Amino acid sequence: MSNGDIRTLLRRDTRADRVVPPTGFTAQLTLFVSGAMAFLAVFALALSLASGRLADRWATELAGAATLRINAPAEQRAAQTEAALNVLRQTPGVASARALTSEEQAALLAPWFGPDLPLDTLPIPQLIEIVEGEPGLDAIGLRLRLGAEVPGAVLDDHTRWREPLVDAAMSLRRLGWISILLIGGATAAMITLAANSSLAANAQIIEVLRQVGARDRFIAGAFVRRFTYRAFFGAAVGTLLGMSGVLLLPEASDAGGFLTGLGFQGMGWLLPAAIPLLGATVAFFATWSAARRKLKELS
Amino acid sequence: MGTGVIELENVSYSYGGGELLSDVSVQLQPGSFHFLTGPSGAGKTTLLKLCYGALLATSGRISAFGEDIAGLDRDQMALLRRRIGVVHQNCNFLDHMTLSENVALPLMVAGRAQDAEQDNLNELLNWVGLGNRLEAHPPELSGGERQRAALARSLILSPDVVLADEPTGNVDWEMSQRLLRLLVELNRMGKTVLIATHDLSLIRAAKSQVQARVLRISQRRLQLAGADL
Repeated sequence: MSNGDIRTLLRRDTRADRVVPPTGFTAQLTLFVSGAMAFLAVFALALSLASGRLADRWATELAGAATLRINAPAEQRAAQTEAALNVLRQTPGVASARALTSEEQAALLAPWFGPDLPLDTLPIPQLIEIVEGEPGLDAIGLRLRLGAEVPGAVLDDHTRWREPLVDAAMSLRRLGWISILLIGGATAAMITLAANSSLAANAQIIEVLRQVGARDRFIAGAFVRRFTYRAFFGAAVGTLLGMSGVLLLPEASDAGGFLTGLGFQGMGWLLPAAIPLLGATVAFFATWSAARRKLKELS
Repeated sequence: MGTGVIELENVSYSYGGGELLSDVSVQLQPGSFHFLTGPSGAGKTTLLKLCYGALLATSGRISAFGEDIAGLDRDQMALLRRRIGVVHQNCNFLDHMTLSENVALPLMVAGRAQDAEQDNLNELLNWVGLGNRLEAHPPELSGGERQRAALARSLILSPDVVLADEPTGNVDWEMSQRLLRLLVELNRMGKTVLIATHDLSLIRAAKSQVQARVLRISQRRLQLAGADL
């Protein structure tokens, strides 16, 4: 089917559109299904985009940092920390390195032990925050050197945390897109059923149209326009409702973690506008295919 | 191939294991006027449907305007039906549309601008005496009005042939005479007319107005009727 054919089929012709009676349960069914599916598609899209952002953020933030832990007796801890910082200053790929203060370490442990933890009386290792720079950190080489010069140093380059987190976020993103595909498929199936039902209910009208010389294209066009415009309208309403729901979700915050970041950002707010168009496209092809099949069957 | 606008050669038609028409041959010459008669259930409607391609013959050949109907695809069949006006026994209107819209339906499906044809439409509806009923819906029309509207719809595309299936079946004598006069007038304009009817008085009344051939279906076969009509 060429673009010209599609334009011709979709061109509004109020007189020709009147040949199909405007009422019937298929009208309500198409509107409801399109609206409900568009509503769900908005959330699937939001989930997919948020998961993608999360995967990117985790990959970038965690890949650009590493932590060095100094496990040494209290009397050697300061000396080993200084030795480790010296090694790091001479290591290519280390942009900066600094030892965390006692307050910062206490803040890290506060969620588990409370704010009044007496750090001075506990054998807490010293943490050194490393920020990677160009050309990237050679973790194996650094471990070997630290092993020789700072016996209590343990390097954590976050690989074992980062990979499963990024994998999980990517899986969520994939699930989001799969959901959108399933929603599209379910919409196509429901609209095909509704179109078939409408064609069967109007078999007598189709017969009359054929008796007066209507070609299949004319008859199919009347049904295709009816279902395409209905699906577009239903999907537009569903999309607006879905976007309102997303808008009402809490703002992203550190306290809320992942869930509060579920939504659209910046230009991402424009993406749901494609949902009614996609819904209409799905309806167009579903109805066209159903009409061609049914008209062949009725001839 | 002959010179008829519609020709049936040795046509048989079977349905549900039984033969309804057997070895039927007839030619409708351009500008001719035919009556097709026979008892109810004899196969008059079936024969008309075979003529405009609503049914396909089990055997034999049917051609319209020189083309074998059996060889036409659905689009070609649609174009053929625009050249053959059919007045159906039950009129076959779309009840949700007005009389005017129903009569203009063939124009719409043919993609002809209805605005440009509005004068023709009004003239045609006035000719059949329905100029004041344009906005009425089919269920609001009397039997005679429905038949005249069906005749108007069959003529809106100015077809070469008019096939009428029991056009006077649901109307009184006066209305049947009025419809007959309209069909005779059409024939005088050069249209080929075939009327299927079991009403012999209609055929007798037509004798004084038009030179008509009377065909009778009897025992599944088509015969030229004698002078007893």
